[in-house]
Amino acid sequence: MVVAEQTRTIEEQRTWEGSLAELQGLVSERAMTGETMLLNMGPHHPSTHGVLRLLLELDGEEIVTCLPDIGFLHTGIEKSIEDKSFEKALPLTDRMDYLSPMSNNMAYASAVEKLIDLDVPERAQIIRVICLELARCASHLVWLGTHAIDMGAMSVLLYAFRERERILGMFEQLSGQRMMSSYIRPGGVWRDVPDVFLPTLKQFLSDFPAKVDDYEALLTQNPIWKDRGFGVGVIEPDVALAYGLTGPSLRGSGVNWDLRKAQPYSGYETYDFNVPLGEHGDVYDRYLIRIHEFRESIKILNQAVARLEKTKGPFRSENRKFVPPLRSELGTSMEAVIHHFKLWTYGYDAPDEEIYNAIESPRGEIGCYIHGTGSNKPRRVHFKTPSFIHISALPVMSKGYLLADMVAIIGSVDIVLGDCDR
Amino acid sequence: MEIPAPKDPVEAVKEAFGDAVLHIKEFRGETTIVVQPERVPDVLDFLRVTSGLVYNSLSDISAVDYYPNDYGDAFDGEDGNYRPERYGVSYHILSMLYNRRLRVKAFATDEDPVIPTATGIWPSASWLEREIADMMGVKFEAHPDARRLLMPDDWDGHPHRRDYPLGKETVAFSFNIEEISKHKPFAKD
Amino acid sequence: MGVSSKLGNLGVVTTTLDQAINWARTGAMWPLLFGLACCAIEYMASQASSYDLSRFGMELNRATPRQADLLIVSGRLTRKMAPVIRQLYDQMAEPKWVISMGDCASCGGVYNNYAIVQGVDEIIPVDVYVAGCPPRPEQLLHGILTLHEKIKGERINDWA
Repeated sequence: MVVAEQTRTIEEQRTWEGSLAELQGLVSERAMTGETMLLNMGPHHPSTHGVLRLLLELDGEEIVTCLPDIGFLHTGIEKSIEDKSFEKALPLTDRMDYLSPMSNNMAYASAVEKLIDLDVPERAQIIRVICLELARCASHLVWLGTHAIDMGAMSVLLYAFRERERILGMFEQLSGQRMMSSYIRPGGVWRDVPDVFLPTLKQFLSDFPAKVDDYEALLTQNPIWKDRGFGVGVIEPDVALAYGLTGPSLRGSGVNWDLRKAQPYSGYETYDFNVPLGEHGDVYDRYLIRIHEFRESIKILNQAVARLEKTKGPFRSENRKFVPPLRSELGTSMEAVIHHFKLWTYGYDAPDEEIYNAIESPRGEIGCYIHGTGSNKPRRVHFKTPSFIHISALPVMSKGYLLADMVAIIGSVDIVLGDCDR
Repeated sequence: MEIPAPKDPVEAVKEAFGDAVLHIKEFRGETTIVVQPERVPDVLDFLRVTSGLVYNSLSDISAVDYYPNDYGDAFDGEDGNYRPERYGVSYHILSMLYNRRLRVKAFATDEDPVIPTATGIWPSASWLEREIADMMGVKFEAHPDARRLLMPDDWDGHPHRRDYPLGKETVAFSFNIEEISKHKPFAKD
Repeated sequence: MGVSSKLGNLGVVTTTLDQAINWARTGAMWPLLFGLACCAIEYMASQASSYDLSRFGMELNRATPRQADLLIVSGRLTRKMAPVIRQLYDQMAEPKWVISMGDCASCGGVYNNYAIVQGVDEIIPVDVYVAGCPPRPEQLLHGILTLHEKIKGERINDWA
């Protein structure tokens, strides 16, 4: 039976018995007297990119402050992981930032590797870079489509999803699943790339730059797009750092910080790519950065493909204390059977220590804090997700702008509520 | 512009705060400084402004629950594990100038877990602390907004604590599906 | 009551009226623009050009529940969100149908814990359950076509 139950019925929960006094100190004094209007941009809204509730204090059309109310998608992933062994907890991490599941897998898998001190072979690192950059492209395509449709440009959504279907087809070739692939695992990847993958990827990489040019032709010089983007949602670099922004939202303000360059992982230091930087910190700059990130990802993918063809070797660590053997070995080797049994029933022991590991997801820095127990289940796993921090910075980014700009700002910051609420 | 040489954070904090520093730990290349909970905002501000340290960005605030028996006098773990109280709150800070990370940790007691807030130093700490107050029950003094963040406003309890049940529903098999369906609230209309 | 009593027992006419009404209902069912989590992204993918939902008349996603016929619950339902979805369902006008898309909406999915409602049918009545995590667009289309089959089996005598 359900142990933790709500004490109120659904009907009782629907009526708010609170009063305006609860918001004392959170909204300005003018809201208390009724001079400004409190508007609820509720959990069900087409432009909030998920179930986000914003309580807006409006002076006419101008935003005085906004109070984000999150938790409508809180899934208890962190507590559920405490109940599972490290390998079995991996599919739960897919479902946090559901636009780029590979990045979440990578954050978790690389944190586990740091905790148990596991090596990752070179071929696995190259495959991981390919997956992460494809996930970056897929996530930015959804961002582009939804941001554009919120601002009124409906056809961009259809074009973006057409490209995304090709990327999801490639993920399906790799792992069997379009989105929640659980492909990147501690020690490497789940299985080697199938033969059909590289030709598909090369075909995609030869078509995709022209498509990115198409998106730019539709939006970048568009006077409506520029009007809605220039000077909207400006955030200064020092304010951005104080509010903890990372990723394209921070680079839009001109701060040159990308974890792929500063604290490289999975061999990123060996690839030749640039990090686009903005100047003004407005919606338009953040848009341009992500468009240029498409091009940089294509560059990295081309280099990775060339490298993958030359690098042979294992696709996952061979350390059988932590990584289960291939099923083909089970028929011939007794040690393989014993390792398989132990790892899939019990798992492996992790030290009773804490580590923090961060990678660069399409949204920003996603950090994974794992505290082991010395046995097979973690004591605590905490994900520091970029969308959580960015939503907390929405009040400062939207102060003084119009209500229609709120939609533009939410879109430009690229929030995903699964990432925020976990 | 001349960038000053990086200083060792452990030595600098020990020199500035003396006996507020309770323990130092190194693991997998990460340094942890355990301080008294009352001094946490002072230590964080010192690390942020001091030349040679400049830990300008707060990455994460995480809380751990060492229940039931991994803390206090009953804990007889190895030499390197120092866990005097039940809740451990870790502040992960990052120095972009010197490209290094540090962890500042404080322990909060079981009966009255309180730590002064770091919101005055980094505004991003506001929601991170609110989440910990909501989910783990560690209160932060002088926090500007102490409402629940992720759980509904009238929720009882703190879900991330180790003694809070996961809340599983009994898995339905053919032998118990009728029993479960009798108690499950199906919406008829 | 209602229509059939006015027309009398004109057997042939009532059957064709059934078919006409059900054809009209299935031809242009407007879904509510409502997405909770990962399944919503697959719903958007099935709305986009590769697996076009417009051919089923479902191109218009109405943002307001007053104008929507179909509520596709795509994603995990948390306890905090449950009263919201009940209110949306109550605000929808008859006739209305509910498709529970994905494992989390059907039965709680991967999550069996304090925060997730174990199946959205605890809160609102569901017509069609679509399995998958997330379901492929083809699976969702199969679910929608199953709903169309279910609607075509409805008779006026049942609801009028």
